[in-house]
Amino acid sequence: MTLLETSGLSKRFGGLRAVEDVELVIPTGEIRAVIGPNGAGKTTLVSLVSGRLEPTAGSIRFKGEDIAGLRAWDRVRRGIVYTFQVTSVYANLTCYENVALAAQRRMMKGPRDRLMLAESRVARDVERALSRVGLTDETRRRAGELPYGHQRLLEVAMGLALDPELLILDEPTQGLALDEISGFCDLVRAISERATVLLIEHNMSVVLELAQLITVMDKGTVIAEGTPAEIERNPEVQRAYLGTDAAA
Amino acid sequence: MNRRIFARVLALHLGVVALLLVAQFFLSPYHHTNLARIMIFATFASGYNILLGYTGLLSLGHAMFFAAGVYGAGLPVFYLGFGAPEAFATGVASSFALAIVFGLIVIRTGGVSFLIVTLMFAQAAFLATLYFNEITLGDQGIVISQTLPPLEVGGAVLEFSDPDVKYNAALLLFAVAFLVCMAIVYSPIGRVFVAIRENEARTRMLGYNTYKYKLASLTISATISGASGAMYALLFSYIGSTFASIEYSIFPLLWTLVGGMGTLLGPLLGTGLMFYLVDIASGLTESHLIVVGIALVALVLYFPKGLMGTIREKWLPWLP
Repeated sequence: MTLLETSGLSKRFGGLRAVEDVELVIPTGEIRAVIGPNGAGKTTLVSLVSGRLEPTAGSIRFKGEDIAGLRAWDRVRRGIVYTFQVTSVYANLTCYENVALAAQRRMMKGPRDRLMLAESRVARDVERALSRVGLTDETRRRAGELPYGHQRLLEVAMGLALDPELLILDEPTQGLALDEISGFCDLVRAISERATVLLIEHNMSVVLELAQLITVMDKGTVIAEGTPAEIERNPEVQRAYLGTDAAA
Repeated sequence: MNRRIFARVLALHLGVVALLLVAQFFLSPYHHTNLARIMIFATFASGYNILLGYTGLLSLGHAMFFAAGVYGAGLPVFYLGFGAPEAFATGVASSFALAIVFGLIVIRTGGVSFLIVTLMFAQAAFLATLYFNEITLGDQGIVISQTLPPLEVGGAVLEFSDPDVKYNAALLLFAVAFLVCMAIVYSPIGRVFVAIRENEARTRMLGYNTYKYKLASLTISATISGASGAMYALLFSYIGSTFASIEYSIFPLLWTLVGGMGTLLGPLLGTGLMFYLVDIASGLTESHLIVVGIALVALVLYFPKGLMGTIREKWLPWLP
C-alpha cells in the first residue's frame, strides 16, 4: 500500500528551483533514503512533506488524502513527524519535559484533556520513548546540557512519542560517534517495524545498510532511484555524488 | 511530575495565601489598605505573567484589559444600578470579550511587532475613554460609592468602604487567580505555553496549533487582568481614564520583571516590593523616582531574572 505519494512537487525561492517536479512514492513499512550532494533539495523536499514549507506547485498525498493544503500541526496529527536536521530540542527544559510535550499531544483530544491529563500516562510514554533511544538516565537533565549526539537522540525520542506513521529523519547520524551510529541503525530498524521511515543521510554506509530503496537527488530533481546495489552501480549517481566521495 | 515536589509547591503557595489571611489581624490600618491594593495589583500582574512569563509574549497593552474590567464593572453600577456581583461579572466578561476580538488580530504578530500592536490598540482604547467623555467623564472619572449598594451575604451587610471587606475581597480575588494560574502552569495547556515561549517553530512541528494556544494564553491573561480591574473599581469606588493609560500597561510589566517572570510568586512579590519602594522613597525625597531607579539598577545587577527567578535558579529549582 502507498503511504506517501508526491507528484509534480516543486518549490522555488525566487529564481532558485530548490525542488523541481519531484515524484516520490513510498510504500507503507519501507525505509527510504534520500541522498544527494549539499544543496540538492533534500531538506526542502521533506519540509514540503512535513508542512514546514508550502509548495509552489504539485500535490502531496498521504494515505490517499491530499495534504498539501494542511498546516504542519495537522499533518503531525495525521502521523507525519519530522525530526530536525539542526537539533531543535527545548534546551531550557528537561529531557522529560521535551518528550512529554510530544507524548501529551497524542492524548489531548478534547477541551478537557487540554486542562487535565493523568501525568502517569504521560510519564509512561515518556519513559518508553527515552528508553528506546537509550536516554533513560538523562530524564531529569536539561536538554541543553546533553552532548550533541544525545540531543539528536532526544529529537528522535520526541518523534517516537508522537507515534508516527511516517517518521522523517533529517541527517540523524550527523555528529554521532562511530559506536553510536551502529546503535542508531539498530534503533531505526526497530522503529521501522511500526513506522515508515524517510531518511535523509550523508553517511553512505548507514544508507546502504538501512535503506530498501534509495532516491538520489541533485539540483532539485530526482536523478535516480533503486536498491542500494543498483544505486552503487549507477554511473550518473557516481558522477553526481559518490564520485566526489571516492575522490575525497 | 513528582508527587512530593507537588505537595511542597502546594504547601508553599497555600501557605502564602494563609499568611495573607492572617496578616490582616496584625497590620496597622495604613498597611492594611496598602496590602489590599497590592493584592489586586498582584492579581493584575499574575494575569500578565501568564502571557509574558509563561508564553513569552511581551504585551504593552494590558491597561486596555484592566480598564475593560474597571469600566465594565463601574459603568453598569453608575448608569444601570448594578449590584457588586453583577458588576464584577460584566467587568470580567468585558475584558474576556475584548481579549478574544483583539486577540484574533494581534496574535498573528510576534516579538517586537506584538509589542507595538498591543501598545497601539491600548492607546486607541485610552483615547476612546477620553473621546466618549459624555459617558466616561474622561480623566475626571466617576465616583461610584454613592450608587453601589452594599453587598448582603447571608444576612450580613458588607459595605465596600469597610477596610475589612476591602482586604478580604482583594484576598479572595488574589487567591482564586493565584490558584487558577497554578492549575494552568501544571496543566497540559500550560506545558504548551512554555513550549511556545522556548521554541515556537518546534512546537508547531510537535502538532500544536500555536495560534490557538497563544490566543488562549492572551484570553486567560486578559481576563484575569480584567477581573482585577473590576475588583479595583468596586473596592476603591472610582473609574477613570487613568486606568487605561500607558502607565497601567507598564506597571504589570515592571512588577512581573521585578518579582520574576515565569514564577507564580513573582508577581505578588514584585508588586509588593515596588509599591513599598515608591511609598518609602516618596517619604524620603520629593524626587523619589531616583531612589526607585537606583533600586531597579541594583535589582538588574544582582537579580537579573527577578527576585523569584533568581532564587529559583540558585536555590530552589523546583519552584513553578
